Amino acid sequence: MALLEVRGLCKRFGGLQAVQDVSFGVEPGTVKALIGPNGAGKTTLFNLVSGVTAPDAGQVLLRGQAIQGRPPHEVAALGLSRTFQQIRLFPGMSALENVMVGAHVRGRAGFLAGLLRLPSTWREERALEARARRALELVELGHLAAAEATSLSYGQQRGVELARALASDPALLLLDEPAAGLNVRETDELARLIGRIRARGVTVLLVEHDMSLVMQVSDEVAVLCFGQKIADAAPQAVQRDPEVVRVYLGEDEC
Amino acid sequence: MTTALALQYLVAGLTYGTIYAVVGIGFNIIYNTTGIINFAQGEFVMLGGMTAASLHRLLPLPLAVLGAVALTTLVGAAVELTFIRWLRRPSVLRMIIVTIGVSILLREAALHLWGEGVRSLPYFTGDEVTALELGGARVSPQVLWSLATCGAVVVALQLFFHRTRTGREMRACAANREAAALCGLATRDLVTLSFALSAGIGALAGCVVSPITYTRYDIGASLALKGFTVAILGGLGNAGGAVAAGFLLGTLEAFSIAVLPAAYKDVLAIAILLLILFLRPSGLFGDRELARLGAS
Amino acid sequence: MPRARHLQLALLAAAVVAVQLGADAAGKPFWLTQLTMAAYGGLVVIGLCLFMGYAGQISLGHAGFFAIGGYTAAALTTADLTPRRGAALVELAARVHLLTLRPDLYGGELLTVRPWPAALAAVALAALVAALLGVPVLRLKGHYLAMATLGFGTVVSAVVVGTEGLGAADGLSGVPPFELLPGLAVAGGAEARAQNYYLAWGLVGLGMLLLLNLVHSREGRALRAIHGAEDAAGAMGIDAPRAKLRAFVLSAAFAAVGGVLMTHYTGGIGPSEASVMRSVRYVALVAVGGMGSLWGTLLTGTVLQFLSLRGVFGSFDDAVFGATLILVMLFAPEGLLRLELPAGLRAALARRRPPPAEG
Repeated sequence: MALLEVRGLCKRFGGLQAVQDVSFGVEPGTVKALIGPNGAGKTTLFNLVSGVTAPDAGQVLLRGQAIQGRPPHEVAALGLSRTFQQIRLFPGMSALENVMVGAHVRGRAGFLAGLLRLPSTWREERALEARARRALELVELGHLAAAEATSLSYGQQRGVELARALASDPALLLLDEPAAGLNVRETDELARLIGRIRARGVTVLLVEHDMSLVMQVSDEVAVLCFGQKIADAAPQAVQRDPEVVRVYLGEDEC
Repeated sequence: MTTALALQYLVAGLTYGTIYAVVGIGFNIIYNTTGIINFAQGEFVMLGGMTAASLHRLLPLPLAVLGAVALTTLVGAAVELTFIRWLRRPSVLRMIIVTIGVSILLREAALHLWGEGVRSLPYFTGDEVTALELGGARVSPQVLWSLATCGAVVVALQLFFHRTRTGREMRACAANREAAALCGLATRDLVTLSFALSAGIGALAGCVVSPITYTRYDIGASLALKGFTVAILGGLGNAGGAVAAGFLLGTLEAFSIAVLPAAYKDVLAIAILLLILFLRPSGLFGDRELARLGAS
Repeated sequence: MPRARHLQLALLAAAVVAVQLGADAAGKPFWLTQLTMAAYGGLVVIGLCLFMGYAGQISLGHAGFFAIGGYTAAALTTADLTPRRGAALVELAARVHLLTLRPDLYGGELLTVRPWPAALAAVALAALVAALLGVPVLRLKGHYLAMATLGFGTVVSAVVVGTEGLGAADGLSGVPPFELLPGLAVAGGAEARAQNYYLAWGLVGLGMLLLLNLVHSREGRALRAIHGAEDAAGAMGIDAPRAKLRAFVLSAAFAAVGGVLMTHYTGGIGPSEASVMRSVRYVALVAVGGMGSLWGTLLTGTVLQFLSLRGVFGSFDDAVFGATLILVMLFAPEGLLRLELPAGLRAALARRRPPPAEG
């Protein structure tokens, strides 16, 4: 069974059919990419899956459980984690604290426990911190744990965001244009990082513009155009697909 | 309740409703051009009434009112120039706190200038006992002055915003401040103008109702709260809605005196405010999109 | 990190002792009375700091919670239940030791609720009101939240002034001492002045410890995350409305505790404590202390309240707070004291800041 299954998703904004009857699946342990020209509906689809917007019709199933229309924090608690296209780190908090917030769903200490700092609380706190440090190590930013997150360089901030998304050990990681704003070298690093994440058994759904990154890291690629899926196959097959080529070379409308 | 008594309450409600409506419109003018809710709005009404009462010792009534409106307009412009103008992209929290601070300063200045006493202007025509008979209710001519002034303000503002170049620029500014700036509109000056304008109409209302409701240095806070209630009830940014909501609130308050202790009069307005915030933040007459944007 | 907190609390304790010795040496022991009152005001301010500085919300109604605490405690501990003896509820309360007999001013006897159950009821009532208000109001942001809490504060103020049973414009007086532990009572009077000073500041220290624990805990991080980027916090699995509600209720409870203790200390409470201006003053104190700094807020909050209680600002009391509010917001929105990070380090970090993301 697919880890994530999207069935017949539709979303309309006023007169614009942003997403029309889109279905696809993401198999456990794979990296799937969602590509398409500007305005193809990638971001809308991303928001529908992560709970930011509710679909007009269709279903989003995570491990067979319907999650469409549920608020983001519930979706996150069910094991779906995400990054943001425009970096959304928490200002005034260190990189480590940012990543610890990412591990929020892995703790259970409540308000009262926090006030009283019970032994069980600080044990859990240490576990969360260790988890956050591991995530920072994974993105090779362990040495910057104490720095204020929003003071880091752009590429480092992207790394912290990724670590934050990974800190909860999500079943599915959603990456929203992770290469945006990165230079070639940083993009290469990102590709290797996604490889490492995949190797740890995390399933990845990637929305991306950068074709070289997509071809490098993906097991499967789905192509959107004007809200509809026009291809869904292995990267090489998609590259040879005449319709995809036509869309991307801009010869014709799809 | 007899018809005459009910009419009497209605008239009282309309009088208070006039100030609420004008304060609500004042909120709207500034909100439209800046996205700021000016917590000092009620103080403009107080300043108008107090200044006019002082000026009236030296000047005839029309000149005193004119002078008070002019002075308060200047105060409004000065507030913007001193505290608002040079802040770049301030957070909502910061703006709220600044305008609250301004309201306290204006109130305290009034306290030290005029003391704790109650002041009022004389009746514009006739005196306390002059009354017109209207369906069994006795209506002071001052009530008619208030209603006429409120009507004139609304009509004048409509003409200003739709017929004059500056007014149209202010509306453009409201629709999209950055785009307006790109088109070469001096948005900063328009913001100053919006503060001056809302201070001016607040002062005018403060003068007209002063013979009936009296003025004290500390009336601003409750007026601001009620003006805000009215602005929200009418749909933030909607002048016509504010007028309707102002009369509605004034009337409800007047009738509430029949059933509630007078001390709880303010509670009613706030209960309505809380209710409307919970149920329909876009107001009775407003569009939801605007409220949603305003809320974020 | 906990070690730093313990060090800070030790410094607070040292400062509290030093001030007491200093006041004694200077022959001004009566300063301790105002410092004690400033401490109880400090409880309100640090609680509000959690809600404003850490959770990033605004409340213009905290004097309302202070008043709910103070008035409930005062009403329960002064209302004489003797005439209602025999009523089932009164008998039941007497049987479970909620009531006490004490002499009144004229040699008669009063049957009233004991201070402890009264205090618990007061704080519980404030928390309950905060919860009922918070559920709908905390969905709102910015102006709306400010106006809604301002409206709440106005209602409390109007009810207090307009209710005969609460003493209307005179307020309630004759509130008895509050024996927290045997031999340790919150009470005015010169003989127990130093003891009460230490008691009040001990309670402030305890409050600080709890709040510092919280802001460095999982839920505290969640609050700060909501402040910084609410959508991202949601994507991390944080239920923002729920977290904000809890912070609101907790900060209301702090205000109520301050109200209860202040009322027992001064022996009464009046409607000015419930006024909107008082709420604005609490906001000003948090702003001056640096929105996100509990220590800064405690320091500036208690110092300014002490000066105000000493009458240093004269008839310009409110004006001083208004002006302070504006100046701080205009020139130092992060507060006068940014204790958490020295300026030099801050500037060095700022230079490495990447260009802000667009949109």
